[in-house]
Amino acid sequence: MIDLQLNSEGKLKHFLTIEGLNKEILTEILDVAESFSSMSSQRVKKVPLLRGRTIVNLFFENSTRTRTTFELAATRLSADVLSINIAASATSKGESLLDTINNLEAMFVDMFVVRHGISGAGHFIAQHTAPHISVINAGDGQHAHPTQAMLDMFTIRQYKQKFDHLKVAIIGDILHSRVARSQIRALNTLGVKDVRVIAPKTLLPQFVENLGVTSFNDIEEGLVGSDVIIMLRLQKERMTSALLPTEREYFKCFGLTEKRLKLANPDAIVMHPGPINRGVEIESSIADGPQSVILQQVTNGVAVRMAIMSLVIQPKGNVS
Amino acid sequence: MTKIHISNGHIIDPANNIDQLGSVYIANGQILSVNEPPSGFTADFTIDAIDNIVCPGFIDLNARLREPGQTYKGTLLSETKAAASAGITSVCLPPDTSPVIDSQAVVELIHDKSEKAGYSQVYPVGALTYKLAGRELSSMAALKQAGCIAVSNAMAPFANLLVLRRAMEYASSHDLLVMYQPNEPSLSNMGCAHEGTFATRYGLPGIPYAAESAAVAQCLELVELTGCRLHFSQISCKRSAIKIQQAKKYGLAISADVAIHQLHITENDIEPFNSVYHVLPPFRTDKDKQHLRNSLAQGTIDAICSDHQPHDLDAKLGAFPETEPGISSLETLLPLMLRLVKENEINLSQGIALLTQNPANILKLQSGALTPGFSADICIFNPSTHWQVNDENWKSEGKNTPFWGEIFEGRVMHTIQAGKIIYSL
Repeated sequence: MIDLQLNSEGKLKHFLTIEGLNKEILTEILDVAESFSSMSSQRVKKVPLLRGRTIVNLFFENSTRTRTTFELAATRLSADVLSINIAASATSKGESLLDTINNLEAMFVDMFVVRHGISGAGHFIAQHTAPHISVINAGDGQHAHPTQAMLDMFTIRQYKQKFDHLKVAIIGDILHSRVARSQIRALNTLGVKDVRVIAPKTLLPQFVENLGVTSFNDIEEGLVGSDVIIMLRLQKERMTSALLPTEREYFKCFGLTEKRLKLANPDAIVMHPGPINRGVEIESSIADGPQSVILQQVTNGVAVRMAIMSLVIQPKGNVS
Repeated sequence: MTKIHISNGHIIDPANNIDQLGSVYIANGQILSVNEPPSGFTADFTIDAIDNIVCPGFIDLNARLREPGQTYKGTLLSETKAAASAGITSVCLPPDTSPVIDSQAVVELIHDKSEKAGYSQVYPVGALTYKLAGRELSSMAALKQAGCIAVSNAMAPFANLLVLRRAMEYASSHDLLVMYQPNEPSLSNMGCAHEGTFATRYGLPGIPYAAESAAVAQCLELVELTGCRLHFSQISCKRSAIKIQQAKKYGLAISADVAIHQLHITENDIEPFNSVYHVLPPFRTDKDKQHLRNSLAQGTIDAICSDHQPHDLDAKLGAFPETEPGISSLETLLPLMLRLVKENEINLSQGIALLTQNPANILKLQSGALTPGFSADICIFNPSTHWQVNDENWKSEGKNTPFWGEIFEGRVMHTIQAGKIIYSL
């Protein structure tokens, strides 16, 4: 399964999960992203790398931020982009996932960017597409969101340069978070030894420590001495499914406040994959404060997705 | 009817304590004698069983044959033929067919079709509740009269414990065995994999042990309350086995089985997102697997079943959580049992008892042994013949097995059901 992502030369073919990718590949993504990053501030923001290529964004789940950054990234690489919101399209007419893919394949596309509510959907599509097509996972169920994790790594490197001695705290709904799963894997691969997850037991999966983290049920204990604080979004439905009592109590116990932030290192950065619930996960003054890098994450999202798209695209000769 | 003489075989018949070289004599569809040649017996047909084991035919406590209702996955003909090739002479068919086995008409249909097929004997298990909806009792007396060997709600939930209690009381009034697959649906919560490291890593909705063991605990209380004869089907975790062991020690009239694949595969063996590993109950941990193996040797678990669930290709084509659970497993039952013997978990005689004598006792069948007068249900297998799981050898319509391509040791040579040879290699 891990081989699914790599071609016979060990290069990226699909980008489905951080698992199975080594430090060199992750570093290459960050380095390539770096070169694209400087481009965003230039007057002409386009490179012709993917000219003549067609990329289809297949979003089976709604998303504004991820979809727009993927669209922007593809446009800046000069690709033709088509975004399809499947929730309101074919599958609601009873067409199977595979039929949808086959139909789009018949239109000679080069890459699928897929977001789907079921874990493993990206793998399934990658296994069943034609060999010249690359698949990028833009989030599948509770499994993985590897491009988000890479843009977070990019942001961390921007502010902290090296990964080795960092202490990273991830706070919130780890149980349902594909972002957290990919972040943990990426941090471990890049050399971070101290990753902490902080949440009540209802939002921590069983045996979470086997993922390579230390778990805390007390935010203040977990925050002490951290260099990077990653907040996760809390979905409203966690309250109705008996995982949490109220938003107020969650904020009281696990919200990031100015007072709690002082427990971290003074130069700690605060991250959030968005969209933010102000006053639920995080105090507004922190989200807009000097330690917040939340908007920088969004900016970096474009460069990192450009890097990943340009790395996975198959050489033209392969198109049958 | 044909008179058959099976000669030179290594006869293993745990019920009669036989484990020796010898002959079996069959006439009129029954066992005539073992070793002692009956006077004046002239065989119409002799099977030379040299180098082979001769034992009672296997009794499978749980196999979906997909008919009526899902004949695109398998039919009574295709699946009983596969069963015959695996040495299985009797199969219990759970009631979750379509229509459900909750009327005499459906029972008769199954009997007619399986008799016409002429392979293994099919024993329908009747629905415990009307339409398996878990709310009202089924017509159990009528189902028993029609030929249902037991009653069960298959994998369908009960509205509440009161319905289960009443159903157990009513079943026991008619001296019907209740087969119960323990699962508390509110705890398994639409999960698709064991709630452990694997599910956590791949973000799959998990099913905790407690979904099974809590259901076992509740059910044991109701066995005590109602005096119902109850069989736990396909238990998968250590916690359940411990509870069953304690209850047996305490004296409750219960029994239990395990699906053969649970004794060989754990969550660590699952290829990520490979849907052939999607099965319910899910593959658990190494600790559970080892405890289940020990429970066989100690007698806490009485029988091994196939839990056969053949599927069409589409059923397994999708992202893991969206695919249908279940493994096609009739044909790997014997070789996987022999693997337990090879790994010194049980001896061969115990292994055979788990597939013959013990399930016969659970079902109160006059079968599962080579006792003179019993139906001549016999399996003759070569324990050292190798074969590969591939298109050429596989009989079931469902190819959904994690063992596809694997080479097994131990192969059925002949299967005899009621004195009729229903399979020869």
